[in-house]
Amino acid sequence: MKNRVVCYFSAIQTEQPVVYRLIKNYDLIINILKADINPQKEGYLVVEMEGEKDKYEGGIAFLKNLGIIVEPLSETVLWQEDICIQCGACASFCPTESLSIDRDSMLVSFENSKCVVCGMCLDCCPTRAIKLHFEVKEAV
Amino acid sequence: MTVEKTYEEINARIKRGEAVVVTAEEVIDYVAENGYEKAVQEIDVVTTGTFGPMCSSGAFLNFGHSRPRIKMKKVWLNGVEAYGGLAAVDAYIGAAQLPDFDPENKVFPGRFTYGGGHVIHDLVAGKEIRLEAIAYGTDCYPNKKVDTIITIDDLNEAYIFNPRNAYQNYNCAVNLGDRILYTYMGILKPRLGNASYSTSGQLSPLLNDPYYKTIGIGTRIFLGGGTGYVAWNGTQHHPNVLRGENGVPQVPAGTLAVIGDLKQMTPDWLVGLSFIGYGATMAVGIGIPIPILNEEILRYTLVKDEDIFCPIVDYNEGYPYSKPIDLGFANFKELKSGRIKINDKEVITTPQSSYPRARKIATILKEWIQRGEFELSRPVAMLPSADANIEFKSIPERSPSEIFLNGRNRRG
Repeated sequence: MKNRVVCYFSAIQTEQPVVYRLIKNYDLIINILKADINPQKEGYLVVEMEGEKDKYEGGIAFLKNLGIIVEPLSETVLWQEDICIQCGACASFCPTESLSIDRDSMLVSFENSKCVVCGMCLDCCPTRAIKLHFEVKEAV
Repeated sequence: MTVEKTYEEINARIKRGEAVVVTAEEVIDYVAENGYEKAVQEIDVVTTGTFGPMCSSGAFLNFGHSRPRIKMKKVWLNGVEAYGGLAAVDAYIGAAQLPDFDPENKVFPGRFTYGGGHVIHDLVAGKEIRLEAIAYGTDCYPNKKVDTIITIDDLNEAYIFNPRNAYQNYNCAVNLGDRILYTYMGILKPRLGNASYSTSGQLSPLLNDPYYKTIGIGTRIFLGGGTGYVAWNGTQHHPNVLRGENGVPQVPAGTLAVIGDLKQMTPDWLVGLSFIGYGATMAVGIGIPIPILNEEILRYTLVKDEDIFCPIVDYNEGYPYSKPIDLGFANFKELKSGRIKINDKEVITTPQSSYPRARKIATILKEWIQRGEFELSRPVAMLPSADANIEFKSIPERSPSEIFLNGRNRRG
Protein backbone atom coordinates (compact mmCIF):
# COMPACT_ATOMS: atom_id res chain seq x y z
CA MET A 1 0.00 0.00 0.00
CA LYS A 2 0.98 3.60 -0.52
CA ASN A 3 0.04 6.70 1.42
CA ARG A 4 1.10 10.25 1.98
CA VAL A 5 1.40 11.27 5.61
CA VAL A 6 2.62 14.17 7.68
CA CYS A 7 4.82 13.31 10.69
CA TYR A 8 5.10 15.89 13.44
CA PHE A 9 8.29 15.70 15.51
CA SER A 10 9.39 17.13 18.82
CA ALA A 11 13.07 17.65 19.76
CA ILE A 12 13.59 14.22 21.40
CA GLN A 13 12.39 12.28 18.38
CA THR A 14 14.62 13.97 15.84
CA GLU A 15 17.59 12.31 17.49
CA GLN A 16 16.28 9.04 16.11
CA PRO A 17 17.22 8.13 12.52
CA VAL A 18 13.53 7.59 11.78
CA VAL A 19 13.66 7.32 8.00
CA TYR A 20 16.57 4.89 8.17
CA ARG A 21 14.63 2.60 10.51
CA LEU A 22 11.54 2.71 8.30
CA ILE A 23 13.56 1.60 5.31
CA LYS A 24 15.80 -0.90 7.11
CA ASN A 25 13.34 -2.54 9.48
CA TYR A 26 10.08 -2.22 7.59
CA ASP A 27 11.28 -2.38 3.98
CA LEU A 28 9.32 0.74 3.05
CA ILE A 29 9.92 2.96 0.04
CA ILE A 30 10.17 6.48 1.43
CA ASN A 31 9.82 9.59 -0.68
CA ILE A 32 10.27 12.81 1.29
CA LEU A 33 8.02 15.43 -0.27
CA LYS A 34 8.70 18.24 2.16
CA ALA A 35 10.51 18.64 5.47
CA ASP A 36 11.00 21.42 7.94
CA ILE A 37 12.97 20.81 11.11
CA ASN A 38 13.76 24.00 13.02
CA PRO A 39 16.91 24.72 15.10
CA GLN A 40 15.10 23.54 18.22
CA LYS A 41 14.78 20.27 16.31
CA GLU A 42 11.02 20.37 16.14
CA GLY A 43 9.16 20.18 12.89
CA TYR A 44 7.45 18.02 10.34
CA LEU A 45 8.13 15.63 7.53
CA VAL A 46 5.80 15.06 4.60
CA VAL A 47 6.47 11.60 3.20
CA GLU A 48 5.06 9.15 0.73
CA MET A 49 5.41 5.64 2.18
CA GLU A 50 4.99 2.51 0.13
CA GLY A 51 5.26 -1.14 1.17
CA GLU A 52 3.40 -4.32 1.99
CA LYS A 53 0.35 -3.82 4.18
CA ASP A 54 1.71 -5.40 7.36
CA LYS A 55 5.07 -3.70 6.97
CA TYR A 56 3.38 -0.36 6.29
CA GLU A 57 1.22 -0.69 9.38
CA GLY A 58 4.28 -1.78 11.38
CA GLY A 59 6.11 1.34 10.24
CA ILE A 60 3.24 3.58 11.26
CA ALA A 61 3.05 1.85 14.66
CA PHE A 62 6.83 2.36 15.07
CA LEU A 63 6.43 6.09 14.43
CA LYS A 64 3.51 6.39 16.83
CA ASN A 65 5.44 4.48 19.51
CA LEU A 66 8.13 7.12 19.30
CA GLY A 67 5.49 9.73 20.05
CA ILE A 68 5.53 11.09 16.51
CA ILE A 69 2.10 12.31 15.48
CA VAL A 70 1.17 10.81 12.11
CA GLU A 71 -1.69 12.27 10.12
CA PRO A 72 -2.93 11.75 6.58
CA LEU A 73 -1.72 14.45 4.26
CA SER A 74 -4.26 16.97 3.14
CA GLU A 75 -3.25 18.92 0.07
CA THR A 76 -4.91 22.10 -1.06
CA VAL A 77 -4.53 24.17 -4.18
CA LEU A 78 -3.35 27.69 -3.58
CA TRP A 79 -4.28 30.40 -6.08
CA GLN A 80 -1.85 33.28 -5.67
CA GLU A 81 -3.95 36.21 -6.78
CA ASP A 82 -1.00 38.63 -6.75
CA ILE A 83 0.87 36.49 -9.31
CA CYS A 84 -2.19 35.73 -11.48
CA ILE A 85 -2.44 37.98 -14.55
CA GLN A 86 -6.11 37.14 -15.12
CA CYS A 87 -5.63 35.50 -18.50
CA GLY A 88 -8.12 32.71 -17.84
CA ALA A 89 -6.28 29.80 -19.48
CA CYS A 90 -6.87 27.64 -16.38
CA ALA A 91 -10.63 27.69 -16.81
CA SER A 92 -10.43 25.17 -19.68
CA PHE A 93 -8.87 22.61 -17.38
CA CYS A 94 -10.64 22.83 -14.05
CA PRO A 95 -13.17 19.96 -13.98
CA THR A 96 -15.18 21.40 -11.07
CA GLU A 97 -15.14 25.04 -12.20
CA SER A 98 -13.50 26.09 -8.95
CA LEU A 99 -11.19 28.14 -11.18
CA SER A 100 -13.57 30.00 -13.43
CA ILE A 101 -14.04 33.13 -15.52
CA ASP A 102 -16.87 35.58 -14.96
CA ARG A 103 -17.80 35.91 -18.62
CA ASP A 104 -18.95 39.52 -18.27
CA SER A 105 -15.91 40.98 -16.55
CA MET A 106 -13.60 38.16 -17.76
CA LEU A 107 -12.14 38.09 -14.24
CA VAL A 108 -10.74 34.81 -12.94
CA SER A 109 -11.67 33.61 -9.47
CA PHE A 110 -11.00 30.55 -7.34
CA GLU A 111 -13.51 28.84 -5.10
CA ASN A 112 -11.58 26.62 -2.74
CA SER A 113 -14.58 24.62 -1.53
CA LYS A 114 -15.25 23.24 -5.04
CA CYS A 115 -11.62 22.20 -5.64
CA VAL A 116 -10.86 18.45 -5.68
CA VAL A 117 -7.05 18.96 -5.87
CA CYS A 118 -6.71 17.17 -9.21
CA GLY A 119 -3.76 19.39 -10.11
CA MET A 120 -4.85 19.96 -13.72
CA CYS A 121 -4.43 23.72 -13.30
CA LEU A 122 -0.80 23.58 -12.20
CA ASP A 123 0.67 23.01 -15.64
CA CYS A 124 -1.49 25.31 -17.70
CA CYS A 125 -0.83 28.50 -15.70
CA PRO A 126 1.85 30.55 -17.53
CA THR A 127 2.73 32.63 -14.47
CA ARG A 128 2.70 29.56 -12.19
CA ALA A 129 0.26 31.36 -9.93
CA ILE A 130 -1.31 28.09 -8.79
CA LYS A 131 0.54 25.73 -6.49
CA LEU A 132 -0.08 22.71 -4.34
CA HIS A 133 0.03 23.45 -0.66
CA PHE A 134 0.63 20.81 1.98
CA GLU A 135 -1.59 21.49 4.93
CA VAL A 136 0.75 21.47 7.91
CA LYS A 137 -0.06 22.56 11.44
CA GLU A 138 1.81 25.53 12.91
CA ALA A 139 3.36 23.83 15.92
CA VAL A 140 2.87 20.70 17.94
CA MET B 1 -21.00 69.36 -40.79
CA THR B 2 -17.80 67.36 -41.06
CA VAL B 3 -15.50 67.54 -38.09
CA GLU B 4 -11.75 67.63 -38.58
CA LYS B 5 -9.50 67.93 -35.54
CA THR B 6 -5.74 68.25 -35.48
CA TYR B 7 -3.20 66.68 -33.15
CA GLU B 8 -2.35 70.23 -32.01
CA GLU B 9 -5.96 71.00 -31.05
CA ILE B 10 -6.30 67.73 -29.15
CA ASN B 11 -2.98 68.26 -27.35
CA ALA B 12 -3.99 71.80 -26.41
CA ARG B 13 -7.12 70.38 -24.74
CA ILE B 14 -5.02 67.69 -23.00
CA LYS B 15 -2.69 70.40 -21.63
CA ARG B 16 -5.66 72.38 -20.31
CA GLY B 17 -7.05 69.21 -18.71
CA GLU B 18 -10.16 69.50 -20.87
CA ALA B 19 -9.72 66.55 -23.19
CA VAL B 20 -12.60 64.08 -23.43
CA VAL B 21 -11.06 60.62 -23.24
CA VAL B 22 -12.88 57.28 -23.26
CA THR B 23 -11.70 53.70 -23.58
CA ALA B 24 -12.41 51.55 -26.64
CA GLU B 25 -15.14 49.82 -24.59
CA GLU B 26 -16.70 53.03 -23.32
CA VAL B 27 -16.83 54.67 -26.74
CA ILE B 28 -19.35 52.06 -27.90
CA ASP B 29 -21.84 53.03 -25.16
CA TYR B 30 -21.02 56.74 -25.53
CA VAL B 31 -22.05 56.74 -29.18
CA ALA B 32 -25.12 54.60 -28.45
CA GLU B 33 -26.28 57.18 -25.89
CA ASN B 34 -25.15 60.45 -27.44
CA GLY B 35 -25.17 59.70 -31.15
CA TYR B 36 -22.52 59.88 -33.77
CA GLU B 37 -22.53 63.63 -34.41
CA LYS B 38 -22.12 64.58 -30.78
CA ALA B 39 -19.50 61.90 -30.16
CA VAL B 40 -17.25 62.96 -33.02
CA GLN B 41 -17.35 66.56 -31.85
CA GLU B 42 -16.78 65.83 -28.19
CA ILE B 43 -14.46 62.84 -27.95
CA ASP B 44 -10.79 63.71 -28.36
CA VAL B 45 -9.12 60.38 -27.65
CA VAL B 46 -10.07 56.68 -27.47
CA THR B 47 -7.66 54.51 -25.50
CA THR B 48 -6.96 50.84 -26.26
CA GLY B 49 -5.07 48.10 -24.45
CA THR B 50 -3.69 44.61 -24.70
CA PHE B 51 -1.80 42.34 -22.30
CA GLY B 52 -0.66 38.95 -23.49
CA PRO B 53 2.30 36.74 -24.31
CA MET B 54 4.52 38.43 -26.90
CA CYS B 55 7.57 36.26 -27.62
CA SER B 56 9.25 38.73 -29.95
CA SER B 57 10.26 41.03 -27.10
CA GLY B 58 13.49 41.89 -25.38
CA ALA B 59 15.73 44.61 -24.01
CA PHE B 60 18.97 46.32 -24.91
CA LEU B 61 21.28 46.79 -21.92
CA ASN B 62 24.53 48.67 -21.41
CA PHE B 63 26.45 47.46 -18.35
CA GLY B 64 29.17 50.10 -18.21
CA HIS B 65 32.80 48.98 -18.12
CA SER B 66 34.66 46.67 -15.81
CA ARG B 67 38.19 47.55 -14.67
CA PRO B 68 40.14 46.62 -16.74
CA ARG B 69 37.73 46.98 -19.64
CA ILE B 70 36.08 44.00 -21.34
CA LYS B 71 34.70 43.29 -24.80
CA MET B 72 32.02 40.79 -23.87
CA LYS B 73 31.84 37.82 -26.21
CA LYS B 74 29.18 35.93 -24.31
CA VAL B 75 26.91 37.34 -21.64
CA TRP B 76 24.54 35.66 -19.16
CA LEU B 77 21.97 37.17 -16.82
CA ASN B 78 20.88 34.72 -14.11
CA GLY B 79 22.24 32.00 -16.41
CA VAL B 80 20.16 33.13 -19.41
CA GLU B 81 22.30 34.16 -22.36
CA ALA B 82 21.97 37.67 -23.73
CA TYR B 83 23.23 38.36 -27.25
CA GLY B 84 26.62 40.07 -27.01
CA GLY B 85 27.52 40.48 -30.67
CA LEU B 86 27.43 44.26 -30.25
CA ALA B 87 29.83 46.86 -28.87
CA ALA B 88 31.93 45.91 -25.82
CA VAL B 89 29.38 46.08 -22.99
CA ASP B 90 26.09 46.14 -24.87
CA ALA B 91 23.78 43.13 -24.95
CA TYR B 92 20.25 42.17 -25.96
CA ILE B 93 18.23 39.86 -23.74
CA GLY B 94 15.40 38.15 -25.60
CA ALA B 95 12.18 37.12 -23.83
CA ALA B 96 12.19 33.58 -25.22
CA GLN B 97 15.84 32.79 -24.35
CA LEU B 98 16.37 29.82 -22.02
CA PRO B 99 19.22 29.08 -19.59
CA ASP B 100 22.04 27.07 -21.23
CA PHE B 101 21.34 24.07 -19.04
CA ASP B 102 17.56 24.11 -19.22
CA PRO B 103 16.35 20.52 -19.75
CA GLU B 104 13.98 21.89 -22.42
CA ASN B 105 11.75 19.13 -23.78
CA LYS B 106 14.15 16.28 -23.03
CA VAL B 107 11.66 15.13 -20.43
CA PHE B 108 8.45 16.00 -22.22
CA PRO B 109 6.68 18.29 -21.55
CA GLY B 110 9.39 20.66 -20.28
CA ARG B 111 8.61 23.14 -17.50
CA PHE B 112 10.52 26.21 -18.74
CA THR B 113 10.30 27.88 -15.35
CA TYR B 114 12.81 30.65 -16.09
CA GLY B 115 13.87 32.50 -19.23
CA GLY B 116 14.64 35.89 -20.72
CA GLY B 117 11.16 37.24 -19.94
CA HIS B 118 11.66 36.36 -16.28
CA VAL B 119 15.07 38.13 -16.32
CA ILE B 120 13.42 41.29 -17.68
CA HIS B 121 10.64 40.99 -15.07
CA ASP B 122 13.26 40.64 -12.30
CA LEU B 123 15.29 43.55 -13.69
CA VAL B 124 12.31 45.88 -13.81
CA ALA B 125 11.31 44.74 -10.30
CA GLY B 126 14.71 46.00 -9.09
CA LYS B 127 15.91 42.52 -8.11
CA GLU B 128 19.58 41.56 -7.97
CA ILE B 129 20.73 39.72 -11.09
CA ARG B 130 23.91 37.72 -11.59
CA LEU B 131 25.90 39.05 -14.56
CA GLU B 132 28.48 36.74 -16.09
CA ALA B 133 30.50 37.52 -19.19
CA ILE B 134 33.49 36.03 -20.95
CA ALA B 135 35.83 37.54 -23.52
CA TYR B 136 38.98 36.63 -25.47
CA GLY B 137 40.87 39.78 -24.44
CA THR B 138 42.35 42.48 -26.66
CA ASP B 139 44.89 45.26 -26.16
CA CYS B 140 42.07 47.74 -25.64
CA TYR B 141 39.84 45.32 -23.68
CA PRO B 142 42.16 43.07 -21.64
CA ASN B 143 39.60 41.65 -19.19
CA LYS B 144 38.42 38.12 -19.96
CA LYS B 145 35.81 37.48 -17.31
CA VAL B 146 33.15 39.25 -15.29
CA ASP B 147 31.05 37.58 -12.59
CA THR B 148 29.10 39.99 -10.45
CA ILE B 149 25.70 41.09 -9.17
CA ILE B 150 23.80 43.98 -10.77
CA THR B 151 20.43 45.70 -10.52
CA ILE B 152 18.72 47.85 -13.14
CA ASP B 153 20.07 50.96 -11.33
CA ASP B 154 23.64 49.86 -12.14
CA LEU B 155 22.94 49.93 -15.90
CA ASN B 156 23.63 52.97 -18.05
CA GLU B 157 20.77 52.22 -20.41
CA ALA B 158 18.05 49.60 -20.37
CA TYR B 159 15.41 49.87 -23.03
CA ILE B 160 12.80 47.52 -24.36
CA PHE B 161 12.92 46.92 -28.07
CA ASN B 162 10.27 44.44 -29.15
CA PRO B 163 10.43 43.49 -32.83
CA ARG B 164 6.87 42.14 -32.97
CA ASN B 165 4.08 43.05 -30.56
CA ALA B 166 0.35 43.82 -30.56
CA TYR B 167 -0.62 41.39 -33.31
CA GLN B 168 -3.67 42.63 -35.16
CA ASN B 169 -5.90 39.59 -34.68
CA TYR B 170 -4.73 36.05 -33.99
CA ASN B 171 -5.67 32.41 -34.49
CA CYS B 172 -8.05 30.53 -32.25
CA ALA B 173 -6.13 27.30 -31.59
CA VAL B 174 -7.68 23.83 -31.36
CA ASN B 175 -6.45 20.23 -31.51
CA LEU B 176 -8.03 17.79 -33.97
CA GLY B 177 -5.55 15.03 -33.07
CA ASP B 178 -5.68 12.22 -30.55
CA ARG B 179 -2.97 13.34 -28.15
CA ILE B 180 -2.62 16.35 -25.88
CA LEU B 181 -0.59 19.21 -27.40
CA TYR B 182 1.65 21.65 -25.55
CA THR B 183 1.82 24.84 -27.60
CA TYR B 184 2.45 28.57 -27.34
CA MET B 185 -1.35 28.80 -27.27
CA GLY B 186 -1.33 26.72 -24.09
CA ILE B 187 -2.35 23.11 -23.56
CA LEU B 188 -4.73 21.85 -26.24
CA LYS B 189 -6.79 18.83 -25.33
CA PRO B 190 -7.29 16.20 -28.04
CA ARG B 191 -10.36 15.85 -30.25
CA LEU B 192 -11.42 19.49 -29.94
CA GLY B 193 -11.18 19.36 -26.14
CA ASN B 194 -10.78 23.12 -25.85
CA ALA B 195 -10.10 26.26 -27.89
CA SER B 196 -7.54 28.90 -26.98
CA TYR B 197 -7.53 32.44 -28.35
CA SER B 198 -5.42 35.53 -27.81
CA THR B 199 -6.07 39.25 -28.33
CA SER B 200 -8.21 41.71 -26.45
CA GLY B 201 -10.91 42.00 -29.14
CA GLN B 202 -12.72 45.33 -29.06
CA LEU B 203 -10.00 46.78 -26.78
CA SER B 204 -7.09 45.72 -28.99
CA PRO B 205 -5.04 48.63 -30.42
CA LEU B 206 -4.76 47.61 -34.08
CA LEU B 207 -8.35 46.34 -34.25
CA ASN B 208 -9.49 49.88 -33.40
CA ASP B 209 -7.37 51.45 -36.14
CA PRO B 210 -7.50 48.69 -38.75
CA TYR B 211 -5.83 50.66 -41.54
CA TYR B 212 -3.18 52.29 -39.26
CA LYS B 213 -4.50 55.79 -39.99
CA THR B 214 -3.30 57.18 -36.65
CA ILE B 215 -0.90 54.51 -35.35
CA GLY B 216 2.43 54.91 -37.10
CA ILE B 217 6.14 55.36 -36.53
CA GLY B 218 6.64 57.69 -33.59
CA THR B 219 3.23 57.16 -31.96
CA ARG B 220 3.61 57.56 -28.18
CA ILE B 221 2.16 54.59 -26.30
CA PHE B 222 1.74 52.93 -22.92
CA LEU B 223 4.46 50.27 -22.83
CA GLY B 224 5.11 48.01 -19.86
CA GLY B 225 3.69 50.53 -17.41
CA GLY B 226 5.78 53.42 -18.78
CA THR B 227 5.77 55.36 -22.00
CA GLY B 228 7.19 54.04 -25.21
CA TYR B 229 6.94 54.59 -28.93
CA VAL B 230 6.06 52.70 -32.07
CA ALA B 231 9.46 52.27 -33.73
CA TRP B 232 8.55 50.52 -36.96
CA ASN B 233 6.09 48.00 -38.28
CA GLY B 234 6.62 44.71 -36.50
CA THR B 235 8.14 41.62 -38.10
CA GLN B 236 5.64 39.59 -40.14
CA HIS B 237 3.57 42.78 -40.65
CA HIS B 238 1.15 41.62 -43.32
CA PRO B 239 -1.59 44.18 -43.82
CA ASN B 240 -2.88 43.03 -47.22
CA VAL B 241 -5.02 40.14 -45.98
CA LEU B 242 -8.68 39.15 -45.86
CA ARG B 243 -10.69 41.93 -44.18
CA GLY B 244 -14.31 42.34 -43.23
CA GLU B 245 -16.54 45.18 -44.44
CA ASN B 246 -15.53 47.11 -41.31
CA GLY B 247 -11.89 46.91 -42.43
CA VAL B 248 -10.92 44.55 -39.61
CA PRO B 249 -8.56 41.76 -40.70
CA GLN B 250 -9.98 38.25 -40.24
CA VAL B 251 -6.57 36.63 -39.93
CA PRO B 252 -3.31 37.73 -38.22
CA ALA B 253 -2.28 40.95 -40.03
CA GLY B 254 -0.44 44.06 -38.82
CA THR B 255 2.19 44.07 -36.06
CA LEU B 256 4.22 46.74 -34.25
CA ALA B 257 7.84 47.10 -33.24
CA VAL B 258 7.94 49.13 -30.04
CA ILE B 259 10.63 50.83 -27.97
CA GLY B 260 10.74 52.38 -24.50
CA ASP B 261 12.83 53.03 -21.41
CA LEU B 262 12.77 49.92 -19.19
CA LYS B 263 13.84 52.00 -16.19
CA GLN B 264 10.46 53.71 -15.96
CA MET B 265 8.41 50.55 -16.52
CA THR B 266 6.90 48.33 -13.82
CA PRO B 267 6.89 44.58 -13.14
CA ASP B 268 3.07 44.48 -13.28
CA TRP B 269 3.16 45.03 -17.03
CA LEU B 270 6.17 42.94 -18.08
CA VAL B 271 5.67 39.45 -16.71
CA GLY B 272 7.79 36.35 -17.41
CA LEU B 273 5.71 33.39 -18.56
CA SER B 274 6.30 29.62 -18.73
CA PHE B 275 4.40 27.60 -21.32
CA ILE B 276 4.70 23.92 -20.48
CA GLY B 277 6.18 21.94 -23.36
CA TYR B 278 6.80 25.11 -25.37
CA GLY B 279 9.14 27.56 -23.67
CA ALA B 280 9.51 30.79 -21.77
CA THR B 281 8.20 34.15 -22.91
CA MET B 282 6.89 37.43 -21.57
CA ALA B 283 3.50 39.11 -21.25
CA VAL B 284 3.74 42.72 -22.42
CA GLY B 285 1.26 45.46 -21.63
CA ILE B 286 0.59 47.89 -24.48
CA GLY B 287 -1.93 50.71 -24.69
CA ILE B 288 -2.30 53.01 -27.67
CA PRO B 289 -4.29 56.26 -27.79
CA ILE B 290 -6.31 56.96 -30.91
CA PRO B 291 -6.95 60.64 -31.65
CA ILE B 292 -10.48 61.17 -32.95
CA LEU B 293 -9.46 63.36 -35.88
CA ASN B 294 -12.69 62.81 -37.82
CA GLU B 295 -15.77 60.67 -38.20
CA GLU B 296 -13.97 57.89 -40.04
CA ILE B 297 -11.46 57.39 -37.20
CA LEU B 298 -14.31 57.36 -34.67
CA ARG B 299 -16.18 54.75 -36.69
CA TYR B 300 -13.22 52.38 -36.57
CA THR B 301 -13.03 52.64 -32.77
CA LEU B 302 -16.68 51.54 -32.48
CA VAL B 303 -15.74 48.00 -33.46
CA LYS B 304 -17.40 45.45 -31.17
CA ASP B 305 -16.38 41.93 -30.19
CA GLU B 306 -19.12 40.47 -32.41
CA ASP B 307 -17.66 42.30 -35.43
CA ILE B 308 -14.18 40.79 -34.99
CA PHE B 309 -13.61 37.35 -36.50
CA CYS B 310 -10.57 35.13 -36.21
CA PRO B 311 -9.72 31.84 -37.91
CA ILE B 312 -10.02 28.55 -36.00
CA VAL B 313 -6.76 26.72 -36.61
CA ASP B 314 -5.78 23.11 -35.90
CA TYR B 315 -2.44 22.90 -34.06
CA ASN B 316 -2.10 19.15 -34.56
CA GLU B 317 -1.38 19.29 -38.28
CA GLY B 318 -2.84 22.53 -39.65
CA TYR B 319 -0.43 25.00 -38.05
CA PRO B 320 2.79 22.99 -37.61
CA TYR B 321 2.73 21.50 -41.10
CA SER B 322 0.92 24.37 -42.81
CA LYS B 323 -1.91 22.10 -43.93
CA PRO B 324 -4.98 23.98 -45.08
CA ILE B 325 -7.71 22.68 -42.76
CA ASP B 326 -10.81 24.86 -42.88
CA LEU B 327 -12.53 25.08 -39.50
CA GLY B 328 -14.17 28.43 -40.17
CA PHE B 329 -14.11 31.56 -38.08
CA ALA B 330 -15.29 32.57 -34.61
CA ASN B 331 -16.15 36.05 -33.40
CA PHE B 332 -14.87 37.44 -30.13
CA LYS B 333 -18.28 37.67 -28.54
CA GLU B 334 -18.65 33.91 -28.94
CA LEU B 335 -15.09 33.29 -27.81
CA LYS B 336 -15.58 35.39 -24.66
CA SER B 337 -18.89 33.63 -23.90
CA GLY B 338 -16.92 30.44 -23.20
CA ARG B 339 -18.44 28.17 -25.88
CA ILE B 340 -18.12 27.96 -29.64
CA LYS B 341 -19.35 25.36 -32.13
CA ILE B 342 -16.77 23.63 -34.29
CA ASN B 343 -17.84 20.78 -36.60
CA ASP B 344 -21.12 20.65 -34.63
CA LYS B 345 -19.26 20.08 -31.39
CA GLU B 346 -19.54 22.54 -28.52
CA VAL B 347 -16.04 23.52 -27.44
CA ILE B 348 -14.97 25.42 -24.31
CA THR B 349 -12.98 28.59 -25.05
CA THR B 350 -10.42 30.32 -22.85
CA PRO B 351 -8.06 33.22 -23.54
CA GLN B 352 -4.28 33.49 -23.36
CA SER B 353 -4.29 37.28 -23.24
CA SER B 354 -5.82 38.99 -20.24
CA TYR B 355 -8.95 41.00 -20.98
CA PRO B 356 -9.20 42.50 -17.44
CA ARG B 357 -5.58 43.67 -17.70
CA ALA B 358 -6.18 45.09 -21.19
CA ARG B 359 -9.12 47.05 -19.77
CA LYS B 360 -6.92 48.32 -16.94
CA ILE B 361 -4.25 49.51 -19.39
CA ALA B 362 -6.84 51.42 -21.45
CA THR B 363 -8.11 52.98 -18.21
CA ILE B 364 -4.64 53.94 -16.92
CA LEU B 365 -3.79 55.52 -20.28
CA LYS B 366 -7.10 57.40 -20.21
CA GLU B 367 -6.25 58.78 -16.77
CA TRP B 368 -2.74 59.81 -17.84
CA ILE B 369 -4.23 61.78 -20.74
CA GLN B 370 -7.00 63.29 -18.60
CA ARG B 371 -4.41 64.50 -16.09
CA GLY B 372 -2.41 66.12 -18.88
CA GLU B 373 0.58 63.84 -18.31
CA PHE B 374 0.51 62.15 -21.70
CA GLU B 375 0.25 64.02 -24.97
CA LEU B 376 -0.42 62.45 -28.35
CA SER B 377 2.26 62.36 -31.01
CA ARG B 378 1.63 62.55 -34.72
CA PRO B 379 3.38 59.68 -36.55
CA VAL B 380 6.49 60.79 -38.45
CA ALA B 381 5.75 58.12 -41.07
CA MET B 382 2.86 55.73 -41.62
CA LEU B 383 2.97 51.92 -41.63
CA PRO B 384 2.33 49.90 -44.79
CA SER B 385 -1.45 49.40 -44.96
CA ALA B 386 -3.98 47.22 -46.79
CA ASP B 387 -2.95 48.62 -50.17
CA ALA B 388 0.64 47.45 -49.68
CA ASN B 389 1.76 44.49 -51.72
CA ILE B 390 3.63 42.53 -49.08
CA GLU B 391 4.37 38.91 -49.78
CA PHE B 392 4.44 36.59 -46.76
CA LYS B 393 7.64 34.66 -47.34
CA SER B 394 8.93 31.33 -46.08
CA ILE B 395 12.45 29.92 -45.84
CA PRO B 396 13.48 28.73 -49.31
CA GLU B 397 14.62 25.14 -49.70
CA ARG B 398 17.94 25.25 -51.54
CA SER B 399 21.00 23.02 -51.42
CA PRO B 400 24.13 24.92 -50.42
CA SER B 401 26.81 24.46 -53.07
CA GLU B 402 30.43 23.72 -52.29
CA ILE B 403 31.50 27.28 -51.60
CA PHE B 404 28.92 27.54 -48.79
CA LEU B 405 29.91 24.33 -47.07
CA ASN B 406 32.15 26.02 -44.52
CA GLY B 407 29.07 27.84 -43.34
CA ARG B 408 29.67 30.95 -45.40
CA ASN B 409 30.52 32.13 -48.83
CA ARG B 410 34.16 33.17 -48.57
CA ARG B 411 35.15 36.16 -50.61
CA GLY B 412 37.79 35.85 -53.31
